[in-house]
Amino acid sequence: MRYYIKKVISLIMVLFLIMLLTFIAFQVIPGDSALSRLGVDAEPEAVEALRESLGLNKSLPERFFSFLSGAVRGDFGNSYQYGKPVGELLSARLSVTVWLAVLSIFMIIAVSVPLGLVCSRKEGGVADRIITMVTQTLMAVPAFFLGIVITLIFGLVLEWFAPGAYIAPGEDFGGFLRYMIFPAVAIAVPKIAMTVKFLKTSVLRELKLDYVRTARSKGNSERAVLWRHVLKNALIPVITFMGMVIADVLAGSIVVEKVFNLPGIGRLLITAISNRDYPVVEAGVVYIGSVVLIVNFIVDLLYQKVDPRVRIK
Amino acid sequence: MKKHGKLLLALLLILGISVFAGGCGKDGNSSDGQDGDGTDGDTTVTGEAVMGGDIIVGITQDFDSLDPHKAHAAGTQEVMFNIFEGVVKPDKDGNLVPAVASDVAISEDGMTYTFTLREGVKFHNGALVTAEDVVYSLKRSAGLLETVDPEVIVTSALSCISDITASKDASGKEIVTVSLSTVNTELLGYLTSAIIPKDYENQANAPVGTGPFKFVSYTPLASLVMEKNPDYYGTAPYLDKVTFKISADTNTAFLELLAGNIDIFPYLTSEQASQLSGNYNIENGTANLVQALFLNNAEKPFDDIRVRQAMCYAVNRPEILDMVADGKGTLIGSNMFAGFAKYFNADVVDMYPYNVAKAKELLADAGYPDGFEMSITVPSNYQFHVDTAQVIVEQLKQVGITAKIELVEWPTWLEETYRGRKYQTTIVGLDANLAPSDVLKRYRSTASSNFLSYVNEEFDEIFALAIAETDDAAKVKYYKQLQEILAKDAASVYIQDPASYVAVSKKLSGYTFYPLYVQDMSKVYYVK
Repeated sequence: MRYYIKKVISLIMVLFLIMLLTFIAFQVIPGDSALSRLGVDAEPEAVEALRESLGLNKSLPERFFSFLSGAVRGDFGNSYQYGKPVGELLSARLSVTVWLAVLSIFMIIAVSVPLGLVCSRKEGGVADRIITMVTQTLMAVPAFFLGIVITLIFGLVLEWFAPGAYIAPGEDFGGFLRYMIFPAVAIAVPKIAMTVKFLKTSVLRELKLDYVRTARSKGNSERAVLWRHVLKNALIPVITFMGMVIADVLAGSIVVEKVFNLPGIGRLLITAISNRDYPVVEAGVVYIGSVVLIVNFIVDLLYQKVDPRVRIK
Repeated sequence: MKKHGKLLLALLLILGISVFAGGCGKDGNSSDGQDGDGTDGDTTVTGEAVMGGDIIVGITQDFDSLDPHKAHAAGTQEVMFNIFEGVVKPDKDGNLVPAVASDVAISEDGMTYTFTLREGVKFHNGALVTAEDVVYSLKRSAGLLETVDPEVIVTSALSCISDITASKDASGKEIVTVSLSTVNTELLGYLTSAIIPKDYENQANAPVGTGPFKFVSYTPLASLVMEKNPDYYGTAPYLDKVTFKISADTNTAFLELLAGNIDIFPYLTSEQASQLSGNYNIENGTANLVQALFLNNAEKPFDDIRVRQAMCYAVNRPEILDMVADGKGTLIGSNMFAGFAKYFNADVVDMYPYNVAKAKELLADAGYPDGFEMSITVPSNYQFHVDTAQVIVEQLKQVGITAKIELVEWPTWLEETYRGRKYQTTIVGLDANLAPSDVLKRYRSTASSNFLSYVNEEFDEIFALAIAETDDAAKVKYYKQLQEILAKDAASVYIQDPASYVAVSKKLSGYTFYPLYVQDMSKVYYVK
């Protein structure tokens, strides 16, 4: 119990720090929300009036605490650009990002676990050598480049999907999922390559340990040894890595969103930053921060599930 | 094989490998031979028009506001042109034609504008447009309402309005009278601002206007949908529905074009225009911008006219056009775009032909025989200006000037360069309303928008005369004179009015260029 209380307190502390740092960062960089909103033709008095009405002329601590008190109640205010509540804007983009994350994480797990095991079953075998070569290459490919290649091959040459023709989930959910497969592949492939490598190294390390010999001498087949005994132990480093991957994908991939024209969290944040739309930026940063913290927390819990030697005190 | 070659080219382009002039740039001329090459202001008419149909228009920026009085981005205004109208609106030749008002009378002294409202004009919500709505709309955009919404953008030109009133004439027609405190004969150019229903609160989410199309829906970062307004008083649009689809950038939009998902795309680069063929015609027009290397006239060494003139001689403008735009675009010599033909002073275009020797001589005179170091501030979101800056840096080396490019984000440019005037030189493109005074107003010494800190008393005097002049010929003469003053003073290095390339599906016709930044969808139709 004490562990959970400590965890929650540290979570809140970290979130607070994130918000404070974002707030300060935006004070330091040039660019004025009111001026960005009104553009080149506005008179200086008009800009001043808008600053006043947005509350930008109040003192820094005052502004930070009014933002903080709103954030605690889950109210991040209205976007300067869209005039809509930030929560509404963010949650509309969230469905895109979450579905993208779900699809790509599913692909990562479904593909990399079998591949990793095949590789480690016979180190240096033909399968291993081919897979290693391919994963080494794919690991080096950035997601955006893969996105372009996928668009080129599947979109323009094979015409399996229409590039850029994103379909909103509300219009046609099946069409939405079909379209989302391609950006999900672009995100998943480099991560699959990395996961395979992680899993392979981890399994090979485990295979050299004494308990494996014991399991074999008891008459277990190679397959049973691998699946029943080794995999569980080998998963620990992989879980850590998957935690990072999940947090990364949920935070929104700006580049892949751009290439595939997805209205996700990443593009919203970039647009908000370049418009100096602070409420949206703050809320977006809080969201990403929370995702990373929560995923890490879940990873901690999974450790002890997989390995009973890990005890949380 | 050829198709794949094109795809590969597109791929390279997206990877950011700039295919610069030299060898590769030369294939770019293939677009010249394509059919449907319209010139500025021309409408390509081929085939018989069909009523109805839906189209998708690709755009690359999100909207800054759907409330017409709160939006300033050119990218917003060009779309909302289909939904909103003022008492008058521009036509394709740059004339102002009656819209919500059927008749306009300007008093001889230029102090009173009287608008007779067109009868039976309906808002998209079905309500009739009344004089009260017009008074409200004009007052709102002039900042004259009792409670001023600070987000409404008030153009400084409207500050000469003292009062706006509604009345009825003898035959019962509704009249709106605009009275001025100082004379301004060009106010009409600013009265294109949208007429909206009085006290309607939801303009920012569900805009209501009087235009040929009415608003249907908007999803941030995704799309804005509009459909035909069946009650439109003017010529009804052909199309039933137009979707403006927001792409992440021109490269993503280009992929969509290659895949045939969008029907019209107005921001092709010259490289893209040369790669596109098959299902699209490339329409050619002018962007109606003044692109210049703007000089901070208050900053050393640009406070010396000889240095400014040397800069003008040192910059080879035709070469810039060749390098960044395949030779397309119109050279300018002062702060007026070529599309505004009536006022454009063509005599000053070649005042400073490319001349390295002369530039060096002037620099030596000014005390910089070995040149100097300077910076060019460029907003990083405008690739076109960044490309231009790169060419200029090379050209300035020839006269011993070492220029370095400083890329800044747009909000930073606004605050520090534009508002703060903390810069040496900068490259941007300036647009304007349909009034010659709007194009030139920032050069008045007291103007808050005078980010060049340009000061010339003669300019101020003639500007005041021009804006008060009621005789058209005299007015044109004044404006040409103003351009000449700017050119003589070498206020900046004026480069070009850039070319604009629009991809239009071969199934469509009627795309029309305006001397303004607008996408008029009411004239577009499917060909039988």
